[in-house]
Amino acid sequence: MNIYIQPEYEVVRDRDRCIACRVCERQCANLVHSYDAETGKMQADSTQCVNCHRCVCVCPTHALKIVKSDDTYKINGNWDNQTINEVYRQANSGGVLLSSMGNPKDYPVFWDKMLINASQVTNPPIDPLREPMETQLWLGKRTAKIERDEKGRLKNTLAPQLKLKVPIMFSAMSYGSISYNAHESLARAAEELGTYYNTGEGGLHKDFYKYGKNTIVQVASGRFGVYKDYLDAAAAIEIKMGQGAKPGIGGHLPGAKISADVSETRMIPQGVDAISPAPHHDIYSIEDLRQLVYSLKEATDYKKPVIVKIAAVHNCAAIASGIARSGADIIAIDGYRGGTGAAPTRIRDNVGIPIELALAQVDQRLREEGIRDEVSIVVGGSVRSSADVVKAIALGADACYIGTAALLALGCHLCRTCQTGKCNWGIATQRPDLVKRLNPDIGYKRLVNLVTAWNHEIQEMMGGMGINSVEALRGNRLMLRGIGLTDTELSVLGIKYAGESM
Amino acid sequence: MKRIYVNEKWCLGCHLCEYECAFANSGVTDMVKALKGKKIHPNIRVEDRGDVHFAVNCRHCTDAICVRSCIAGALSFDGEMVRIDQNKCVGCLTCVLVCPYGAILPDDEGHVAQKCMLCTNNFTQEPNCVRHCLNNAIVYEERD
Repeated sequence: MNIYIQPEYEVVRDRDRCIACRVCERQCANLVHSYDAETGKMQADSTQCVNCHRCVCVCPTHALKIVKSDDTYKINGNWDNQTINEVYRQANSGGVLLSSMGNPKDYPVFWDKMLINASQVTNPPIDPLREPMETQLWLGKRTAKIERDEKGRLKNTLAPQLKLKVPIMFSAMSYGSISYNAHESLARAAEELGTYYNTGEGGLHKDFYKYGKNTIVQVASGRFGVYKDYLDAAAAIEIKMGQGAKPGIGGHLPGAKISADVSETRMIPQGVDAISPAPHHDIYSIEDLRQLVYSLKEATDYKKPVIVKIAAVHNCAAIASGIARSGADIIAIDGYRGGTGAAPTRIRDNVGIPIELALAQVDQRLREEGIRDEVSIVVGGSVRSSADVVKAIALGADACYIGTAALLALGCHLCRTCQTGKCNWGIATQRPDLVKRLNPDIGYKRLVNLVTAWNHEIQEMMGGMGINSVEALRGNRLMLRGIGLTDTELSVLGIKYAGESM
Repeated sequence: MKRIYVNEKWCLGCHLCEYECAFANSGVTDMVKALKGKKIHPNIRVEDRGDVHFAVNCRHCTDAICVRSCIAGALSFDGEMVRIDQNKCVGCLTCVLVCPYGAILPDDEGHVAQKCMLCTNNFTQEPNCVRHCLNNAIVYEERD
């Protein structure tokens, strides 16, 4: 017998405001709301509610709210309600617990424990509205040799670079894990912003080849959708070794989500589970990685930068050092708060390390070894605001990946049930009636708005510091001070404590 | 001329436009007061079959059959849109019968016809269905 589990959240309807228009009922894929013709009133079944707030947002009279249930087991400092419920759930099902989106646990957020500097008196701040403030940058190797041709002219020996107009790119999210319309929104936004979106490991839909110059294509352990045209279409190629939400494990897209379109794009049979192995079966060393990096470069005439993406794990500085020597142009590091369409809960919540610490250590290590110019560093895994971007760049990143923030802009309310495929916002679903809820005309604009707003804020913060380009902010850790951090944390981050002078 | 168009591709069938229309034309500025406990008679109607949804309202035809068939001279095309003067309407409902879109319907009491006048006749002053459409399925734009 399954033990009944009380829902964590309850739908509360203000009966005085509800006009029984039934919009909530029509917009809930979880069938929470229903209309009782006998009483003429709306009903709600909270047991089905995932707290995605779709009904709250669409209710024309704002008659709905979702509240945390005050139902509780006997208060226990060790066994909290969620822990107990998870035991019940596993005893009911015998299965591995699945979750979506980033690690929601109450671990310290180091972004919030770093403060940014500003200029006063001796080093005047810059007004970005009146003076140039450069947020454009290039990603790639900066190890050009000075060589001249027979006429004495400089030869271009610079490795291929990715030009970004803003220090923000959209993280890898596959077609399959997110919808066609979500992808179209990301692609169009990337094009308008002069930045890049990332196909994830789901292949590139035939309709999106036209956004190729703003597309980073991924080559992951499942190799879904990888072929010559796919590599040729892209601006850069990313080898995915790991993902922040689930380091050390592969991926699993259930067959139910492999629609005809997804099947064609991924080049796999329809309705069959898409399994990405945990390792790349041809990569067991940096030397093996180097072979894949150069295979991809060879396949694309050495015209495109190759990114290697890893999850932030305990030994990532040494791993990054290896990657920098493997021939990769860019290292992407994904922190433990990074999102996912589905991951085992225990992995998501307990594996990996914060991106802030990983970034500081990787940058430090590459500098110490004199190979920082061999690669650019891109970080993701919960970059939540422009302040996080500024702090990341000051810690040593070249640019940031945003995934969750981008999905929020598209309407995601972080209900963390992507794995059910019933996303009421039309993002993490392949159900045609739900996918159409995300109109890319609206979606791409919201993404453009978000990144534009962040870029303005980045310019303001840089101006305050008296810095006029992201290139000049990069690795400038003196612009950061820690607050509420231990000596060890400060030394890992390589920053001073608030109040300590230059 | 600007018209209300519906993109079936983006219409979710939520029927919100019907309520926003009824509210805009209710003469009451509070939606709850306007609609609570009432049966609505909107000028826009969402037609559903399976996964296909489509909101229908007046096309404001330049040579409208409703205008031609109105026996009381209540319907007219003023160069911008088809208007109805409910003071002139005698409630014969011929227009309701002849409209090929089913876009004209009797009002709440059934004595006169009512139709969309692009919200120029109420306090919202811009098509309220367009303004509140969740998915930009209803648009107010110039098309050839």
